[in-house]
Amino acid sequence: MAAAAAAGPSPGSGPGDSPEGPEGEAPERRRKAHGMLYYGLSEGEAAGRPAGPDPLDPTDLNGAHFDPEVYLDKLRRECPLAQLMDSETDMVRQIRALDSDMQTLVYENYNKFISATDTIRKMKNDFRKMEDEMDRLATNMAVITDFSARISATLQDRHERITKLAGVHALLRKLQFLFELPSRLTKCVELGAYGQAVRYQGRAQAVLQQYQHLPSFRAIQDDCQVITARLAQQLRQRFREGGSGAPEQAECVELLLALGEPAEELCEEFLAHARGRLEKELRSLEAELGPSPPAPDVLEFTDRGGSGFVGGLCQVAAAYQELFAAQGPAGAEKLAAFARELGSRYFALVERRLAQEQGGGDNSLLVRALDRFHRRLRAPGALLAAAGLADAATEIVERVARERLGHHLQGLRAAFLGCLTDVRQALAAPRVAGKEGPGLAELLANVASSILSHIKASLAAVHLFTAKEVSFSNKPYFRGEFCSQGVREGLIVGFIRSMCQTAQSFCDSPGEKGGATPPALLLLLSRLCLDYETATISYILTLTDEQFLVQDQFPVTPVSTLCAEARETARRLLTHYVKVQGLVISQMLRKSVETRDWLSTLEPRNVRAVMKRVVEDTTAIDVQVGLLYEEGVRKAQSSDSSKRTFSVYSSSRQQGRYAPSYTPSAPMDTNLLSNIQKLFSERIDVFSPVEFNKVSVLTGIIKISLKTLLECVRLRTFGRFGLQQVQVDCHFLQLYLWRFVADEELVHLLLDEVVASAALRCPDPVPMEPSVVEVICERG
Amino acid sequence: MEDDAPVIYGLEFQARALTPQTAETDAIRFLVGTQSLKYDNQIHIIDFDDENNIINKNVLLHQVGEIWHISASPADRGVLATCYNRTFCCVLSLDSFGALGKSSAQLFIALATSSDSKVLTCAAVWRMPKELESGSHESPDDSSSTAQTLELLCHLDNTAHGNMACVVWEPMGDGKKIISLADNHILLWDLQESSSQAVLASSASLEGKGQLKFTSGRWSPHHNCTQVATANDTTLRGWDTRSMSQIYCIENAHGQLVRDLDFNPNKQYYLASCGDDCKVKFWDTRNVTEPVKTLEEHSHWVWNVRYNHSHDQLVLTGSSDSRVILSNMVSISSEPFGHLVDDDDISDQEDHRSEEKSKEPLQDNVIATYEEHEDSVYAVDWSSADPWLFASLSYDGRLVINRVPRALKYHILL
Repeated sequence: MAAAAAAGPSPGSGPGDSPEGPEGEAPERRRKAHGMLYYGLSEGEAAGRPAGPDPLDPTDLNGAHFDPEVYLDKLRRECPLAQLMDSETDMVRQIRALDSDMQTLVYENYNKFISATDTIRKMKNDFRKMEDEMDRLATNMAVITDFSARISATLQDRHERITKLAGVHALLRKLQFLFELPSRLTKCVELGAYGQAVRYQGRAQAVLQQYQHLPSFRAIQDDCQVITARLAQQLRQRFREGGSGAPEQAECVELLLALGEPAEELCEEFLAHARGRLEKELRSLEAELGPSPPAPDVLEFTDRGGSGFVGGLCQVAAAYQELFAAQGPAGAEKLAAFARELGSRYFALVERRLAQEQGGGDNSLLVRALDRFHRRLRAPGALLAAAGLADAATEIVERVARERLGHHLQGLRAAFLGCLTDVRQALAAPRVAGKEGPGLAELLANVASSILSHIKASLAAVHLFTAKEVSFSNKPYFRGEFCSQGVREGLIVGFIRSMCQTAQSFCDSPGEKGGATPPALLLLLSRLCLDYETATISYILTLTDEQFLVQDQFPVTPVSTLCAEARETARRLLTHYVKVQGLVISQMLRKSVETRDWLSTLEPRNVRAVMKRVVEDTTAIDVQVGLLYEEGVRKAQSSDSSKRTFSVYSSSRQQGRYAPSYTPSAPMDTNLLSNIQKLFSERIDVFSPVEFNKVSVLTGIIKISLKTLLECVRLRTFGRFGLQQVQVDCHFLQLYLWRFVADEELVHLLLDEVVASAALRCPDPVPMEPSVVEVICERG
Repeated sequence: MEDDAPVIYGLEFQARALTPQTAETDAIRFLVGTQSLKYDNQIHIIDFDDENNIINKNVLLHQVGEIWHISASPADRGVLATCYNRTFCCVLSLDSFGALGKSSAQLFIALATSSDSKVLTCAAVWRMPKELESGSHESPDDSSSTAQTLELLCHLDNTAHGNMACVVWEPMGDGKKIISLADNHILLWDLQESSSQAVLASSASLEGKGQLKFTSGRWSPHHNCTQVATANDTTLRGWDTRSMSQIYCIENAHGQLVRDLDFNPNKQYYLASCGDDCKVKFWDTRNVTEPVKTLEEHSHWVWNVRYNHSHDQLVLTGSSDSRVILSNMVSISSEPFGHLVDDDDISDQEDHRSEEKSKEPLQDNVIATYEEHEDSVYAVDWSSADPWLFASLSYDGRLVINRVPRALKYHILL
């Protein structure tokens, strides 16, 4: 029995779990073991209880397959006596605990069962009472039903009569209304309560229509029609008079519509009226445009146009849409056409006004006016999308903006030309003795700053077009094309290009001989262009790009291209400057050589004045160029070059590569020697492009001058003293010109060649003593 | 190609005057006149053997003075005209000449009496010795030993007119007519009695303020040779030789002095000019306000411009920047579209340039820049016999003979 109890928890013995075992742990384990049994073996294994007993083990006390015999056998076989004793006492204790558990359970359940039995018995009593009462209720209800049926049967008759009477009453009221209708209508019309009248008419209309075959109703209807016609007449009258403004008119139209007047016709009439009013507005605007009265400023004009015309148009459109919504697309089309026509006339006026403004300078006023104009037109734009007024307005604004850009470009060009004129005047102005006029550097700075400020002003002016608060600034044109193509390309790049072109045109001026362009201006422009190349262009473009966030895909001219153009311009100008100045000096030298009779000249006593003049002019040019251009690089010079004397000049030649060709030697030798000299010297490019520095410029000018001297000398024949004069002149030039050029060798070379050529052109070449030459030059 | 290489010949003296032997159409022959004040001047007859690339020379003495300009008769191979300086020493040597005019004698007296000397540029017509006329005759030894002298045919008497700037022959005629330019006079001479006498047929002179002086002139081969163009200062003028009156005038043709001009041999109204503004300009004489085309390739004064005699797109210029430039002015030539050429033909040619050219036949460009000279080039000219060959002369006496690049030649011909 103890064993059975111990193995007791079989399927279904749920309560066996609830009792608390004397030792808490054992039942817990048992319960788990049972669970394991329910869920099968694999469950137990999955639970990861490696130590778990085999459920099939017959020796498992809690197993389902417990076999007492086997268990005992096992115990007996495996355990020592002490353990056997322990397990025995343990077992006995468990059995006892189980017994007491059972007893407790039995007691508790017994009590509950007894109280349940009591309760059921009481319920049985109560139900019996309730059954009786329900029976009684049913009987009562039946009685009530019976009574009620009888009462309603009695009242049926009267109720029907009352209903009929009520109907008749209503009918009579309506009839009375009908009969009174004509007089009421008349009264309403007289009182001007058109709305009331129309409402009455509307109410009676259907009935009268239905019963018009009855003579009495017919009469009423006829009366009403007469009155209504009069009413309509009056309404139209009012409508036509039209003095009472758009809302009243709209009311009239509404009433007329309710009276069943043909909508089509009303539509036309309504629009015709509106047209009349709007045209009056337009006429007044046009009157303001007129040539004679002082035109109000453009802002006022657009304001007036906006509130007068555009406001009117808005009202008309709104009223129209409200009134004639039923007209469908045809009506809308009519309105659109109406708006288009008037709108275009309005635009024409606005454009005329804006055209007057084109020449003016105040951009902000114009932009504000445009902004008003554009903003005002956006409302009707929404209402009348089909009329495309907003688009047209945007177009006008764009056109004005474009023209504005063109205007500014012109302005910049004019400013540039103005600057040039100023410079010309400043250059041409007679110098006050002792006081140098404004220096070239100062002039340059003036020109540069004035152009820059003009550019900035123009940028600021056109920038107004893209300001955030301006209603059209977010249009795609102003966000993209205006910034990139208009401002950057059209205005800035266009201006720089035209500036370069203007400057270059000075190089191509046909009057190469005369000083059509003062050389100083060429020099100044060249420097200006060079400055633009190095800094100003990129500065201006950066400024532009910053102010106008250029953000579209249009290709723009890169800075480098512009810089290259400016540099090319500067180079051409400077080269031209060199040519012009070289030509001036060349002409002097040439005249001096060509006009003199070299065969019959006297022994030289002096350096010829023209040579002094050449040196003076060269010095002046040096000063002039020095004002604007940096010094530049010279070739390394020998230490004594600063005070090179004639003896150095000639003796170095003698000790050097070749003897001076004018030393008395056989002409064949001379020829050979000069050829050898040429083998060693580099070819001199006379009109070679110059670099941007003073030395290069001066070198260019001196090269041109000396080469001219050489060619002229070769065309003449010299007497002995003629040769000596050339010798003196060349030495003089040598003394003063070396300091201007990059490579003094060049001056030596050219002057040597001049003297050599003169010697060749002399039938009696007796050169002057170098010391004498020196003395003459120092004296001169 | 090897034979594209230039052939160089050196003279002992300075030289400015160069002309092809115009009447010679078979052999390539140039005449060069020297400038020396101390020694006897010479005329070198340069024969170029095209096949062997060899130069043969003969030297004629020109003792009357240094030669500033030389031109050969278009009809007689042996006849040529020179402009030369007659100076103190020249006069001395001239004295031996029987043909001395009265004026020369007076001049001599003047020179002798004063220590001053005057230079006068004269012009004369000469005949070279018969055996040299046809050239290809190499003087046996050194030039100096066997130098022969010229025979004076006649003197163009200019005592009344001033310095002779140049002498030009009537291009198509029988060598009987000569124009010479002396200071501000333009003189037309008739050569009579087998050129032994020059008769002044007519003349005209330039009037105006300042000292006007002709620098250069050319005789137009068109209009029956009735037109001559001259240059003075910056102005170009056209003259009718029949009436000796001015036909047209291009004021300010160049920014500075006009140095030379030449007529297009195939287009009657076209002429080229060059000058001290480093430019070469091409003019249509019917529109004198603007040049048809301007070239600016040289870096110093351009002294000479010459059209090729048969292919007028080839223009040769010489400058004192020591360069000779050959330009291809197709667009204003008489063959503006070139000959119609199949590209296939040319692609066989080894040279790439020909292919490029055939693609863009209208491109005006510089064909070549010749840098063989080391001094100013004062004269260039085409050979009269070989249209693909030209000579240039620099002041140091270096004569360079060059050819048109072969590729271009084939391109033009094919």
